[in-house]
Amino acid sequence: MISYGHHRYPGRLFVVEGTDGSGKSTQLTLLYQWLKSEGYSVFFSEWNSSSLVKDTTKRAKKRRLFTPTTFSLLHATDFADRTERDIIPPLKAGAIVLADRYIYTAFARDVARGCERTWVRDLYRFAVRPTAAFFFRAPLEVAIDRIASARPQLKYYEAGMDMGWADDDEESFRIFQGKILDEYDRMTIEFGLTLIDATQPIHTQQRQMREIVSRYLREQLKEKVVAPK
Amino acid sequence: MKEMKFYGTALPGIEIEPYSGKLIVIEGTDGVGRSTHVGLLRTWLEAAGYAALDTGMTRSVLAARGIKNARAGHTLGRLTMQLYYATDFADRLENQILPALRAGFVVLTDRYIYSAIARAMVRGADPDWVRHIYGIALVPDAVLYLRMPSAEALARRVLASGSGFDFWESGMDMGLANDYYDSFIAYQKLMLKEFDRMSGEYGFHVLDASRPIRRTSAALRRSIARIIEETPTVAPQSLKAVPPAPPAHVPPIDRPATPPDILEKKSA
Repeated sequence: MISYGHHRYPGRLFVVEGTDGSGKSTQLTLLYQWLKSEGYSVFFSEWNSSSLVKDTTKRAKKRRLFTPTTFSLLHATDFADRTERDIIPPLKAGAIVLADRYIYTAFARDVARGCERTWVRDLYRFAVRPTAAFFFRAPLEVAIDRIASARPQLKYYEAGMDMGWADDDEESFRIFQGKILDEYDRMTIEFGLTLIDATQPIHTQQRQMREIVSRYLREQLKEKVVAPK
Repeated sequence: MKEMKFYGTALPGIEIEPYSGKLIVIEGTDGVGRSTHVGLLRTWLEAAGYAALDTGMTRSVLAARGIKNARAGHTLGRLTMQLYYATDFADRLENQILPALRAGFVVLTDRYIYSAIARAMVRGADPDWVRHIYGIALVPDAVLYLRMPSAEALARRVLASGSGFDFWESGMDMGLANDYYDSFIAYQKLMLKEFDRMSGEYGFHVLDASRPIRRTSAALRRSIARIIEETPTVAPQSLKAVPPAPPAHVPPIDRPATPPDILEKKSA
């Protein structure tokens, strides 16, 4: 097994991270459009999207079957499938892969749920180290306001209701997001995440992101690659 | 009562407290007859007045169905498979095994972490990575390893049960050989070697599984009686006083009846 930091592939891997409501998915979509228009082969990989694992996750959420450990392990299973199927093959073929959430999401959430930091980091040792990982940082209040206006009903695990921190789901969500933000702040140095101030205008953030991404682009990345299916 | 001891980091959010049950693991390669023996042992224990729970790999509420579907497609990558098994294990540990042990049950488990580790090892996983993940496992009271002397003997037993060779049990995903028989032999050889290696590391109690089922069953009962009677507080009745084990044709209570000559039921 090749572990984190040891993979050497011709492609590029850019990931976005941040709390719910930080605007990271919007930024990744804009980056995708730009790379496409520039003529690069770009692949997208979303958190929690493995066809082998998705149904199990969905059912477990609905029936509330998770503990912090099984939540962590099943998400790692999903990530492993996507690594083996959607991430490594395009990178080997010299394409660009964009990931909406990556291992740092698991590190933040699972540790917030009480899993041991070293255990969770070790669990994801097989992951490819990203070319650059952007952390869109929004203060807690800003992120919570954005979520509250976009989603009227918080989901059980999303709000961290499984932890019994609070009876009220909004209060529980606030506590959970606070813990997650603390973990992200700690990881910024540990993993060298690229910090983007998510309170800036959208186009300003995108300009910063494109400026950094362009440092890693090369003409040969535009050569046609065979799409791995 | 016994203190909970884990191989590595204990599970988050669980109370570490002494428990009165016994965790007994039946390990062995595919087709060795584990599930048949677990069924017989459960009946025997219950006849003696011990509450027994049997569980086994890929029988979790959380992940069993997902694993089954993923295996059916033969598109399961190695890391994905290993982590799916770990998820299944953690779910059973937290929701079946630990609660039953706290309640004083004798928990018989058809495989534990060792089969999962062996499968990962022969597929080239990083040993530290796998052991670290399974650090959440409780150290069992005993690991009874049903050992077959060779992969060829194992193959004969699988054929005698009438079930034929399974894709994954033959290690067909590994590309070791072109047909199921050759692949089964090559794969199970690797597995037997890995189990022998783990035997010392984890202190397996090794039982010769090539003998007739009746004799292996008797050997298992002797071992288990010793483990259980170490702590007289949990013994409602001496196991020696219990009439001989039910004959092999008595099916385990919660399973469909199996023909007498079936040595191994496929455990999905």
